[in-house]
Amino acid sequence: MTKSMHIVKLSIGYLLKLLLVTVFIFPFLWMISTSLQTFKETLAFPPTMVPAVPQFINYVTAWQSGPFLTYFSNSAIITISIIVIQMLVLIPAAYGFAKYKFKGSSFLFSLVLLAFMIPGQVTFIPVYLMMSDWGIGRTLLPQIIPFMTNAFGIFLLRQYLMQVPEELIEAARLDNASEFKILWKIMIPMSKPALATIALFSFVSHWNDYFWPLVMTDSAAVRPLTVGISMLRETEGISNWHVIMAGNVILVIPILIVYLFCSKQIVKAFVYSGIK
Amino acid sequence: MASIELKNITKTFEKHDVIKDLNLTIEDGKFTVLVGPSGCGKTTLLRMIAGLDPQTSGQVLVGGKDVSKTAPGQRGIAMVFQNYAIYPTMSVRENIEFGLKNNKVPKAERIELVESISETVGLKDYLDRKPSTLSGGQRQRVALARAMVKKPSVFLMDEPLSNLDAKLRVQMRIELIELHKKLGTTFVYVTHDQVEAMSMADKIVLMNKGVIQQEAPPEVMYHTPSNQFTAQFIGVPPMNITYVREKQLTFGFRPESAAIGRSPQQGLVQTSGEIITREMLGSETIYQIKTPLDTFMIKSIDDQYRVNETVYVSLPEEKIHFFDDQEKRIAQDSSLYLDKIQALRGQYYG
Repeated sequence: MTKSMHIVKLSIGYLLKLLLVTVFIFPFLWMISTSLQTFKETLAFPPTMVPAVPQFINYVTAWQSGPFLTYFSNSAIITISIIVIQMLVLIPAAYGFAKYKFKGSSFLFSLVLLAFMIPGQVTFIPVYLMMSDWGIGRTLLPQIIPFMTNAFGIFLLRQYLMQVPEELIEAARLDNASEFKILWKIMIPMSKPALATIALFSFVSHWNDYFWPLVMTDSAAVRPLTVGISMLRETEGISNWHVIMAGNVILVIPILIVYLFCSKQIVKAFVYSGIK
Repeated sequence: MASIELKNITKTFEKHDVIKDLNLTIEDGKFTVLVGPSGCGKTTLLRMIAGLDPQTSGQVLVGGKDVSKTAPGQRGIAMVFQNYAIYPTMSVRENIEFGLKNNKVPKAERIELVESISETVGLKDYLDRKPSTLSGGQRQRVALARAMVKKPSVFLMDEPLSNLDAKLRVQMRIELIELHKKLGTTFVYVTHDQVEAMSMADKIVLMNKGVIQQEAPPEVMYHTPSNQFTAQFIGVPPMNITYVREKQLTFGFRPESAAIGRSPQQGLVQTSGEIITREMLGSETIYQIKTPLDTFMIKSIDDQYRVNETVYVSLPEEKIHFFDDQEKRIAQDSSLYLDKIQALRGQYYG
């Protein structure tokens, strides 16, 4: 009796999990499926999940329908630059907030948190005006400069570094290590999981960013992939969903690759308890 | 090798003097143990010597040189922390090597030093392991090796054994004594455990509330404590101290100084009482005895007495200590001491 009860309980658990996974994975599968269908199939009712003949040609069409290489490299340059600059800014900032006692540190930290809470939509007009004033509209800079710092990253890394025992830093000082060396040789290697998490979040949000580049760009030369793909829709009279979805798959692949590399570190970041 | 001098040291935390105007000389090459209850300022003192939390005023001299303004890494000092503070992302070798690299020791010399030190502390087979794969005792050895490899003139240790289990702790205690003998360097060791202090120290510095109570070798501190605090901090169980109202005097004796028996015995003070508790420790037994004077802890090699039994307790004259109003011990050659002896003589408290 109890055994069958146990099996029932277990099955319900699995069913619920399966349901959850389906909810999350279905749009993804739908996207891949559509990207391989013919135009006719995309309009068929009831919709088909498995295309009769996979249309890999859609990817070629998507790639050739605009300067996609430029879009792709724009996206890559913007995202990588943002991550590198953010790291340069947030690592010393988080270390400072976590491990140095100085006047006004809690006030400054609350300013950081405040920045974290202001939505981008509030600031985009003044930032847009500032960028056009500087005359850098035709470069990638307007898509990089506003994101040089990362309040969430500073917050996350600070919390992480606060768990590092003070004695480690003191031992390093007694070992005649400079403050920079302590940061570089001890703190950064220890915070790899947190840094990987921050980098991944940053990568996903900037690689997928649509709103900001839409506001900031007015020519194909500086557009990233997201905006480029949305252009696919506008060039035709009717929506070419199969081509758009092929473009979206191209957009998503780099994120999947990055996640594959970082997933272990990310799990670590959330279960970190430190070496005692 | 170097001596350490603290001159008129004051340390203030948030307008509160933790240590005030303290003077202390730690002798070159000696194993000195700073001991006291938690919050007595012993760790603060150690951290001032290291330069991690510099003093508010006063001078710290290492080897006769004023290092008050010198960075921790340049004082020629090594420190072993309570939680070992091993760099978790570095291998054992990298941990030991880190200080040498920062001091720009050439590579060939570095390799040689790391090899020989790891041999000394028994870590040779673990050099390429990460600290997370080591046991508590091995991590302790990494911390020691990391300190030793720099050939410091002073070793500072902040309760280095308190995270180890009881058995390993006793073993490491002996290893530290041997290590000190071998290196001949100045050791300054902080602990709250008086057994550690007694067993390892050449000289004990006992502190309470930021003030040094007594500096002396273990046997001197045990037999001639300077005040009631010292008398009761050192020794397990602590010295019995009691106030005799009708004579207006305070006297004390060590638990093992009293003789107990089923019939009255010779002694300056004689009393009798009931055994309340009995702790059989093997070679000796500790009895808690309630007498008309006070309740005393008495240690005896005789384990035949039982709880609720009434026994006679007698104290020999030469084992009794007297304390004055300021809780200071009265020296045995002073006239005051003789007065007190006279006052107590021949009394039976039963």
